[in-house]
Amino acid sequence: MLLIHCPYCSETLPEVEFTYAGEAHIVRPETPSAQSDADWEGFLFLRSNVRGPHYERWRHLHGCGRYFNAVRDTVSDKFLTTYKAGEPRPDLSTLTVTQK
Amino acid sequence: MSNYRVSGRGRVDTARPISFTFDGKTYRGAKGDTVASALLANGVHLMGRSFKYHRPRGAVAAGSEEPNALIGTRRGPGRFEPNTRATVQEIWEGLETTSQNKFPSLKFDVGAVNDAAYMLFSAGFYYKTFMWPRSFWDKVYEPFIRAAAGLGVSPKEEDPDHYASRYLHCDVLVVGAGPTGLAAARAAAVGGLKVVLVDENAEAGGTLLSEPQARIDGRPAWDWLTAELAALKELGVKIMTRTTAIGYYHQNMIGMVEKLTDHLPALPADTPRERMWRVRARQVVLAQGALEKPLVFHGNDRPGVMLAGSAQTFLNRYGVLVGKKPVVITSHDSAWYAAFDLQDAGAKVQAIVDIRGTVSEALLSGARSRGITVKLSHTATGTSGRLRVSSLRVNPVTNGAVGAGEEISCDAVLMSGGWTPSLHLFSHTKGSLAWDDDRTTFLPKDTPEDCVIAGASRGLWGIAAVLADGAEKGRAVAEALGQTPAPAAAQAVEGDRTGSGVSMTELPTDRSPGKAKAFVDYQNDVTAKDLRLAVREGMRSIEHVKRYTTNGMATDQGKMSNINGLNIAADALGKKQPQVGLTTFRPPYTPTTFGAFAGYHRGGHFEVTRKTQIDSWAEEHGAVFEPVSQWRRAWYFPKPGEDMDTAVRRECVATRKSVGIFDASTLGKIEVVGPDAVEFMNRMYTNPWTKLAPGRCRYGLLLGDDGYIRDDGVIGRLSEDKFHVTTTTGGAARVLNMMEDYLQTEWPDLNVWLTSTTEQWSTIALNGPDAAKLLAPFVEGVELTEDAFPHMSCVECTVAGLPARLFRVSFTGEIGFEINVRAHEGRKLWETLWEAGQQYGITAYGTETMHVLRAEKGYIIVGQDTDGTVTPYDCGMGWAVGKKKPDFVGMRGLARPDLVAKGRKQFVGLLTEDKSRLEEGAQIVFDPKQAIPMKMVGHVTSSYLSDTVGQPIALAVIEGGHERMGETVYIPMPDRIIAAKITDPVFVDPENTRLKI
Repeated sequence: MLLIHCPYCSETLPEVEFTYAGEAHIVRPETPSAQSDADWEGFLFLRSNVRGPHYERWRHLHGCGRYFNAVRDTVSDKFLTTYKAGEPRPDLSTLTVTQK
Repeated sequence: MSNYRVSGRGRVDTARPISFTFDGKTYRGAKGDTVASALLANGVHLMGRSFKYHRPRGAVAAGSEEPNALIGTRRGPGRFEPNTRATVQEIWEGLETTSQNKFPSLKFDVGAVNDAAYMLFSAGFYYKTFMWPRSFWDKVYEPFIRAAAGLGVSPKEEDPDHYASRYLHCDVLVVGAGPTGLAAARAAAVGGLKVVLVDENAEAGGTLLSEPQARIDGRPAWDWLTAELAALKELGVKIMTRTTAIGYYHQNMIGMVEKLTDHLPALPADTPRERMWRVRARQVVLAQGALEKPLVFHGNDRPGVMLAGSAQTFLNRYGVLVGKKPVVITSHDSAWYAAFDLQDAGAKVQAIVDIRGTVSEALLSGARSRGITVKLSHTATGTSGRLRVSSLRVNPVTNGAVGAGEEISCDAVLMSGGWTPSLHLFSHTKGSLAWDDDRTTFLPKDTPEDCVIAGASRGLWGIAAVLADGAEKGRAVAEALGQTPAPAAAQAVEGDRTGSGVSMTELPTDRSPGKAKAFVDYQNDVTAKDLRLAVREGMRSIEHVKRYTTNGMATDQGKMSNINGLNIAADALGKKQPQVGLTTFRPPYTPTTFGAFAGYHRGGHFEVTRKTQIDSWAEEHGAVFEPVSQWRRAWYFPKPGEDMDTAVRRECVATRKSVGIFDASTLGKIEVVGPDAVEFMNRMYTNPWTKLAPGRCRYGLLLGDDGYIRDDGVIGRLSEDKFHVTTTTGGAARVLNMMEDYLQTEWPDLNVWLTSTTEQWSTIALNGPDAAKLLAPFVEGVELTEDAFPHMSCVECTVAGLPARLFRVSFTGEIGFEINVRAHEGRKLWETLWEAGQQYGITAYGTETMHVLRAEKGYIIVGQDTDGTVTPYDCGMGWAVGKKKPDFVGMRGLARPDLVAKGRKQFVGLLTEDKSRLEEGAQIVFDPKQAIPMKMVGHVTSSYLSDTVGQPIALAVIEGGHERMGETVYIPMPDRIIAAKITDPVFVDPENTRLKI
């Protein structure tokens, strides 16, 4: 079972306190009605599905309740980092597996 | 006691005899015996029948890797366990055991005809034999497979035992309490770290228990072991025996199952049978040792043929000779020592047959001094004996040519094909493996976890070597945890049995390879021939070979068969083993009971049952309940003699005629509060909220951004900045989650707080023409008149003296109120209204009546009439969509091409021509005469008897339904085709006149 660092609680806690919430940094457009069908399809359905470091959202559901972002390696399952919602994407080259 | 017990040998207590039964016959063993060792002490090798061919089988191993000797154990009603390994189960006075896979008896089994019909059961037989003719499937093949398949029989009664679950946090977990693990635990613990040492066996010691001849630091191995265990306890090491590390999970979480009672004659009160430990260790040392491989030759599965190391264990640990005239066939030095031990204990070893052309002079002189015949460069080509091996056929091999065979009479065959490091837990960590050509096996390489692997499980051999390695690895993990342990002096070991060997495919033979039954996987009856056939038939990946042949797929998970299977598959493919690869090891390491996994989560604790404050009243008044998500809800309230239809009809009629009372407490409730609450509501729900005055309610629709309906509910605006949102019973958590998501991540600028208040309120719904009359005398703060408190109003007031939020809403089409009071006051208010309502003939109704009444009005239930692909327009609820708002969740989605296309399934009513009641979920067609498969154009979503309408009613979604009013559609059922007319979904009071006071 993974241990996950909640950037709001500043604590590393068991996976069962958290829920996964899909890919991160998919911004809902300011004015959805101005979106083309293709753009809106992309927003709704198209995801990167990467093999390797993946930007994704988690929620500390059974804790503070906050949504936050994470980079997790989809091959090893390991979290590379977690950060608060709204913060920019971390640079992958600066990340290493710190949590074994 | 018995004629195979050797006095003065073993760790069992022969002064404490124990009686147990096997297939109804009573046997005696000694304290410390397993079922297998006790049976062997009585000369019994035949312990079971194999899975596919029903061949007679005996114990081939002495530990948890045993594939053959699977038995049923019984301890009174409900305490039956199939597939217990006889080599693991300890005996106790009165234990009942039975063999498996045999009929009528173990010695004469009619299923053994499968053995003669082995051509039918070759590799991939599941995919071949049973393909044709099609008509045979139901009558012949399936019953046959079901009768033949499966290991053992499932227990029929409920398990009366209970199972516990614990967490454990430690600095260092050492898995395996053999010499490696003991040394590692000692080295890690000296600096004061919290160390846990775990072993699956009944006692710690590992191979030391089988090698009493060794002397460590000048002391006999068993004395050294006793002292070492005492020293570890002194250091505070927690030593757990009968505890199996079953799986290695992320970030050093290890699952362990501790068996607490299976070895006890009397069950202690309140002791769980097993305990699942979830261990989080900062560092892990894996010291699981190595497992011996069988040799693959014709007849290598006959009872009495077993691993040489296991024979040595039976002798040295249990004081049992597995045979008095054993013969040894080996490709590894270790079997020679087993032969020496048995000879020294009184057996007459008939010969040591070695595949290899040369062995060390030490071994040869050991054999010579004991007078044991040695045959080098020989192969084994067969065994004989019906229920017990009686001879081994051996042939000389010269330059690859197999010479003439010779039968060696025997009562046991001890074989060794070398040793496989146990990499199971290491592989669970996604650790990488490296092929080692010298040892012809995989060795551990890197692991992403904080874990080291030590001793024989990384290919080392001999007590001195693994003690040193264990100590070094123990120090290494202590250093990793910030300690600076001093290096300990190496321990001197006398009588150490180092050695080496070669790894084989099938042994060379002079027999026709097509006829050889040389087993690789005993438990699944997979032979070398099957593996080669799989390769011939096109399997290239080892994963495909595994699944096609089922090699390694049995409950022993390939502990013995994986490397032999790989060697043979690689040979057949003409590739090196690392190019072919190894199949994946998966948890659990050994078979684990469902009880251990379930732990406390059984019966009423399996899942939460949520009950309202009024639930107890419903129970006292005879309600029948139904589960709605996690809630237990009153379904209907039958009077004596009433069936469900009669009760529901009575509840419906009473509610439309006078007044009905309903527990609506399970409705999800979310309070949306803050200066930007109205803006938040505008963005979340389809409806416009800005102009909704405080004190008024509105039916709200929640969509996903894809435009489909997610939830609905009546929402009251209590003040400018406070909304009382209700959701469906099952949708409460989902809706709050969705609201939080948008609020936190898309609109963090909005100043809004969301609070789940579902369980803060008890909600009582009163519906019917007399509802206002009944309720009015209790309400302070508002007049229940059409002018002062019209339909879709809400107010904070008191009801029967209790603070309340009162809503005038209707989910029935009648005058309706929902009274929310503090949760704990719910039953009190219910009883007050019940008492006062007697004069109107008040009737309690349940969820079924609620469903009927709402269906008569055409009100949807999200999740029943909608399925996640339904828009408000599909439901005829375009009126609920705010047309002037700049945006709301789902607005852009509603404009997607597919959602505005013609021919969408639309929500309609159905009335059957023959007045029959439709089945919910039934498919609908336009033309009942079309060829099968017919084009299905929709389905029935809701269907009820309706006294008010005078015939059954149904709701449905049908392609283009809104343009097809009055048309006839057809519902094909197995016995007939039902015609129904499409109608408006509102069956009762379309003008809503009944809502007025």
